[in-house]
Amino acid sequence: MRALAIRGIRIDDTFAEAFGMRATALIITADSIRWARQAATTMTGFATSVIGCGCEAGIDRELAPKETPDGRPGVRVLLFAVSTAELQKQLQARVGQCVLPSPGSACYSGISAAETLRLGDALRYFGDGWQISKQLGGRRYWRLPVMDGEFVCEATTGLTKAAVGGGNLLIMGRTARATRLAAETAAAAIAAVPDVIAPFPGGIARSGSKVGSKYKGVAASTNDAYCPTLRGAVKTALDDDIDAVLEIVIDGLTSAAVADAMRAGLAALVRLGPKRGALRIGAGNYGGKLGPHHYRLRDLLP
Amino acid sequence: MRPLVLSLRRRPDQRLDMSPLVPHRLAGKSAAEIGRIALQTTRAPLAVADIFDLRMGNPTHVRIEGSCDRLDQVGAGLTDGELVVEGDVGAQAGRLMTGGRLTIRGHAGPWAGSAMRGGVIEIFRTAGDRLGGPFGGETVGMRGGVIVVRGGAGECVADRMRRGTIVVEGPCGAYAGSRMIAGTLVVLRRAGALPGYLMKRGTIVLGAGSEELSPTFIDCGAHELVAMRLLSDFVRSYSRRAAAGMRGPLRRYAGDMAVLGKGEIFVGNRN
Repeated sequence: MRALAIRGIRIDDTFAEAFGMRATALIITADSIRWARQAATTMTGFATSVIGCGCEAGIDRELAPKETPDGRPGVRVLLFAVSTAELQKQLQARVGQCVLPSPGSACYSGISAAETLRLGDALRYFGDGWQISKQLGGRRYWRLPVMDGEFVCEATTGLTKAAVGGGNLLIMGRTARATRLAAETAAAAIAAVPDVIAPFPGGIARSGSKVGSKYKGVAASTNDAYCPTLRGAVKTALDDDIDAVLEIVIDGLTSAAVADAMRAGLAALVRLGPKRGALRIGAGNYGGKLGPHHYRLRDLLP
Repeated sequence: MRPLVLSLRRRPDQRLDMSPLVPHRLAGKSAAEIGRIALQTTRAPLAVADIFDLRMGNPTHVRIEGSCDRLDQVGAGLTDGELVVEGDVGAQAGRLMTGGRLTIRGHAGPWAGSAMRGGVIEIFRTAGDRLGGPFGGETVGMRGGVIVVRGGAGECVADRMRRGTIVVEGPCGAYAGSRMIAGTLVVLRRAGALPGYLMKRGTIVLGAGSEELSPTFIDCGAHELVAMRLLSDFVRSYSRRAAAGMRGPLRRYAGDMAVLGKGEIFVGNRN
């Protein structure tokens, strides 16, 4: 399995296996970046995995006032789900319950596409008849009266079916501390890549999972092959010098964006080096038969 | 690309119907065919060649030179392409336009942009009464597109407007935005009496207030709304002055409470 090493870091000769997803992007603005960030953070909370949260969501990047439709500071948010219907449901619930209540917020489409999801079109009924539609230059906005003025929300947002979810890196290190530093470094590099998010806390997951369980009705359970404390008890994937593993999962609007993100993460890990960071880097897959997108680590090395 | 140019030789003895002289109706016609197009509105026949000098060119861009206020329906029914008029025009310029761009480098008579659905009209000097408004019997006025008037406008600007944007950089007469159904009207200088008369929905922005605001409009306080930022941004490419006039807090009046009352008049602080 181990084919090559780069600057002392062992790279598994394997690939990340990823799936097609439905996705959309939003631009959330507010009077200050603090409140734009707050609305975006609230809206993308509890959105780490489609398995339990309905969608995966996160902040793509912050936007300067001149990059947003209303000239205020903003944040671009990405949302991923397994079906259009679920994405629509999550979009409506999250914008309605998290962005609409946030002081001074406004919400716009963050992606233009032929297919659309209902955004303001679904939320306008909150206006109870006092909602106002404004069509300006081919874009339609809803104005809903709220207690601090008006919530402005674009009528629709774009839907892409070319999105990819499940790009990943398994970062393995000598200690939990070194592994965390490596994962933080890689997550920071990935956060800078446009059109991708790493939906887990801070971009990092420690509870990698495998399909199935010894218990009936449990779809996924701990990835015992990568648990350092189970070495010896199960067929382990870890070497003797690895004492911790962290995973970064990546969702992107395009397959190319996911590859770019993995490339950026790998480059950051290689730069950090094996002494302070990762000793070994792997990737998760299901044998290659489930997901149509394969990202081979050796093709993405710096 | 050379435009097709029509130069008016003299002031016509009768009003002319200029609606055949739009790009999509001139496409594919020869100079002789264009010369035979009838423009008369009385029993005295008058063809293009009788009163215009024609210089052939690409008909997607038409220029009318030496125009005067007897030329009615200039650019009426325009669908695409560009029509530029040097001089004044009569009534109904750009009526029922659906696209393209009509530029009038002079004054326009009443009903300019009447019931238009799309495209852009720019009038360099003033516009007459009922800019964008419907004819008698029609229930809806302007339904889309943009009208920009660099000078002032007459009474009942945006009468029964349904959608689209009108910007008047100068003053306007009484009843601006009368019977508006929706859409946006911006007037930078002072409006006449009773703006928004019987408006149901829609937005009127008055940079310098009006002669008299109807008591059926209710003061909702001064606000800096996000919607005004979007409107300001949209309008900027047509009128920088209008865009600037929408920045900062504007006082919002809701009305007309004599009817549905879901419209709004924003008044700037240059009162």
